[in-house]
Amino acid sequence: MPLIELKSVSKFFGSVIALNEVSFAVEPGEVHCLLGDNGAGKSTLIKVLSGVHLPSSGQILIEGRPVALSSPKEALDLGVATVFQDLALVPLMSVSRNFFLGQEPEIGWGPWRRLDIAAANATTVRELGAMGIQLRDPEQPVGTLSGGERQCLAIARAIHFGAKVLILDEPTSALGVHQASVVLKLIVQAKRRGIGVVFISHNVHHAYAVGDRFTLLKRGRSIGTYAADAISRDKLLDLMAGGKELVDLSKELSALKAAGTG
Amino acid sequence: MTATPVADERVRAVSLLGRLLRRPELGAVAGTALVIVFFALVAGNSGIYSAKGIVNFLEVSAQLGILAAAVSLLMIGGEFDLSIGSMIAFAGICIAIPATQWGWPLWACLLLAFSVALLTGYLNGLLTVKTGLPSFIVTLGSLFMLRGITLGATRLITGRTQVSGVHDHTDDWLTPLFAGQFGGTPIGWLTDLGLIGLRPDGKPNIEGIPVAVLWWLGMTALFTWILLRTKFGNWIFASGGDANAARNVGVPVARTKIILFMLTAAAAAIFAAIQVLTTGSADTLRGSQKEFEAIIAVVIGGTLLTGGYGSAVGALFGSLIFGLVQMGIFYTGIDTDWFKLFLGAMLVIAVLFNNYVRQRATQSR
Repeated sequence: MPLIELKSVSKFFGSVIALNEVSFAVEPGEVHCLLGDNGAGKSTLIKVLSGVHLPSSGQILIEGRPVALSSPKEALDLGVATVFQDLALVPLMSVSRNFFLGQEPEIGWGPWRRLDIAAANATTVRELGAMGIQLRDPEQPVGTLSGGERQCLAIARAIHFGAKVLILDEPTSALGVHQASVVLKLIVQAKRRGIGVVFISHNVHHAYAVGDRFTLLKRGRSIGTYAADAISRDKLLDLMAGGKELVDLSKELSALKAAGTG
Repeated sequence: MTATPVADERVRAVSLLGRLLRRPELGAVAGTALVIVFFALVAGNSGIYSAKGIVNFLEVSAQLGILAAAVSLLMIGGEFDLSIGSMIAFAGICIAIPATQWGWPLWACLLLAFSVALLTGYLNGLLTVKTGLPSFIVTLGSLFMLRGITLGATRLITGRTQVSGVHDHTDDWLTPLFAGQFGGTPIGWLTDLGLIGLRPDGKPNIEGIPVAVLWWLGMTALFTWILLRTKFGNWIFASGGDANAARNVGVPVARTKIILFMLTAAAAAIFAAIQVLTTGSADTLRGSQKEFEAIIAVVIGGTLLTGGYGSAVGALFGSLIFGLVQMGIFYTGIDTDWFKLFLGAMLVIAVLFNNYVRQRATQSR
């Protein structure tokens, strides 16, 4: 049974059709890549999956049960964690305070109820360490971490708090080669733990490296879901960029060049 | 949860100085030391550091510090409250008018003042979080509305703008909570040791420490505990640091901010109770500019204007500097007209220093 499933979901904003009858499912232990150009409807789809938007029509099923997700908190409680591009990290706060933000561990009773800072620090170091991120100091501000480290922190946090479905919005887009590879490794680790990962990306190379299935979106519609062994990277690239459009573009460009020299 | 911290061999032991440099209150502590030394050099013999002088500047610092402690939390939470000055006047007449005109017992007057303050704070907060307007504008509105209600209602009920004679009606067990001194006995011992001078009539120079100082220290300690050691404190930092991020991980940002607005209004009511019960009168002009003085003390204390970073201890030192300078200038014999020049300059220097500290804190090493 899929962990989360969309059945012909549409989303309208006034007269704009952002999503048109899109169906989509994530199985446990699967990396399902969501590919598409700008304006294809990727962001809207994530927001529907994560509870930010209610779909205008269609159904969302979580582990087979129809649900209406009216807030990210509700989705989170059902095990659907989304790491948005802003990562939901507060730069001036320490790594461990960020890790436990909103789910703080507490000890003591009554007026002496307080944060369990030692446990929070130890857990943060341990969890990040288990995912291959060596932390210098759990009390250093998140602002001092690199972009890749921040991405990993946000993903590790979602996994630690029991995400069954992990939705990652362009996690590698702003990263260098090395940092992107660290994030990709983390995605594979999440998958090994049986988590269903939705990986949104522009970058076919990153997606193809870790993806089990690929769903392509174009102008609000799904143009197909393909298993990794049923489609080549070049074919995927072609579908995503729109092969015909590229041919047209190169024709236009050479015409322009010719006009310039002539 | 039992977890033993794992030592990481690459974490070097940060020196004490290095740790201190990370604290937001560093600038204010250094500033306080500087100001103390300055007045010791310039006016050391004038009595500023005599028992009486110390009590004088502590009282000024304490009254402002009560406001600044609450304002520091609100500003760390990313909001301003410009209405606390007017709130002081309004809470003041809420105590004085029922006490003098209608014969209410003191507990009922205080209950009225604190209820009105909490309601105002709630409305300030609600309007800010619901409309998304800057709290600067929302509370600028309440600044004028509260001052208007205070003036209008007082004139309507008493025909004047000042209510005096409160002392005649507030001889109550609650009064010592807000007015008067404490620590008379140890003061007596210190006098016997010759550490505190005597008045011409043979009594010690000071009767004790003003109760306001206790409120100031107590509130600072409580708020520091809340900020650094509780879940709510974590939410305050997060709400001010990045409200959107905080909301996305389930922090009740709106509730946190509304509670902080209620806190600053309540601090204004405490200030009002202290003032009314100490002086025995309420005035519709009380508390003017206190909102700015509190912000100055908080900013000198290392809290960022943009929120998300700061400390209540810093606000304590900011208030201490404020009181020291205000009284110190009087002792040096310099015309006190110059006080505001000094204050404004200090504010700008503090902001520049804070920006530098923040950059150090967030830059990659």
